[in-house]
Amino acid sequence: MIDKKVTNCATAVRAVNDGAAVMIGGFGTAGSPDELIDALIEHGARDLTIISNNAGNGDAGIAALIREGRVRKIVCSFPRQPDSHHFDAAWRAGAIELELVPQGNLAARIQAAGAGLGAIFTPTGFGTLLAEGKETRRIDGRDYVLEYPIHADVALIKAYRGDRWGNLVYRKTARNFGPIMAMAAKHAIAQVSEVVELGALDPECVVTPGIFVQAVVPVTSTQRQGLAA
Amino acid sequence: MNDLPRLTRQQLAARVAQDIPEGAYVNLGIGLPTLIANYLPPEKDVILQSENGLIGMGPAPAPGEEDWELINAGKQAVTLRTGGAFFHHADSFAMMRGGHIDICVLGAFQVSVTGDLANWHTGEPDAIPAVGGAMDLAIGAKRTFVMMDLLTRSGESKLVEHCTYPLTGIGCVSRLYSDLAVIDLSPAGARVVELAPGVTIDDLRRVTGVTLGEG
Repeated sequence: MIDKKVTNCATAVRAVNDGAAVMIGGFGTAGSPDELIDALIEHGARDLTIISNNAGNGDAGIAALIREGRVRKIVCSFPRQPDSHHFDAAWRAGAIELELVPQGNLAARIQAAGAGLGAIFTPTGFGTLLAEGKETRRIDGRDYVLEYPIHADVALIKAYRGDRWGNLVYRKTARNFGPIMAMAAKHAIAQVSEVVELGALDPECVVTPGIFVQAVVPVTSTQRQGLAA
Repeated sequence: MNDLPRLTRQQLAARVAQDIPEGAYVNLGIGLPTLIANYLPPEKDVILQSENGLIGMGPAPAPGEEDWELINAGKQAVTLRTGGAFFHHADSFAMMRGGHIDICVLGAFQVSVTGDLANWHTGEPDAIPAVGGAMDLAIGAKRTFVMMDLLTRSGESKLVEHCTYPLTGIGCVSRLYSDLAVIDLSPAGARVVELAPGVTIDDLRRVTGVTLGEG
């Protein structure tokens, strides 16, 4: 019997080894798998490469991981935020390496990894600093930059409901990078607000089919407040 | 120079909104362009997309009604209109890069007369760079507009012959909406479409120092 349900975050994150590449879902606070990240900090894995849209907000989640000195490199599109103080301090101290990737290229490169593509040609970034030194090609009169897939050992994502086969649905804009990160990582761990019986999720509405997911962890999660407008 | 009559930010937002047609799929960039949403009449079906994964974005919720899993690209709480939808990031950027978004309105540090855009990085060595979706938006939408004050606070023109800040995209901006004029940009250069009330073409040439066509 397939049962991908894992009882707690601490058990789930044992899959993360020192030096691992770890994708972490979330856009700002929406979809950030904070409880999995807390467990990862407790687990103690270090020398990590983190792939995520942001480099942490406030003092929880990725921000805490950076504060604890566990992150060697971060691959992201938007590290600088009003409340990214832990990343800012680490970056200014030269304690963290940054690979800055336009947001759509980040998504496309993650998706390419999950889809088994060797590379993509993207128009985004052509002629800019972020394409310096990269191979380019003109196709049908438009200029493209060659970009390579981003793979990961583990993905930590937050979904809304999941079942023991790993099928997932998400909630509102917390979906963001979850589906593509689940595809791109060798081992995808989803924290979910509720584990439901197999068959309870409408197959027409499953967003991430269980084939892309290796572990489902029930977490009674409270939403983290965003920034005041 | 600074005594030129300028449109207020609200007037400028209303002016951009006039040019957004019924049925358009639109992405409004973070900052000044978000004001445009206030001037899109509810009876005109304009569909707003936000790159973090929603289309059919509605206004901010009442205080206390925020759902922090329903946010916009600026990470502010928003609402979803009836008929709206959620999707993941790869689909979101396919909407842009694939040319499905009709109009994108962005802020800018500098725009060149041929439509080059600089809006992500000041180039200062100690500045932490952050690009987000700016480069995808700039080159992806069918039409990219810039909305900005034409001059910096110290009076320098942000419309330039060549951008000196790091580029976001090349030749991607087709129209500039500013507090002093509306200006079309193309490989042939800048052409003034409309002057703010009380501003003359000579004023504009004097404060920008760039070559400006008319009519």
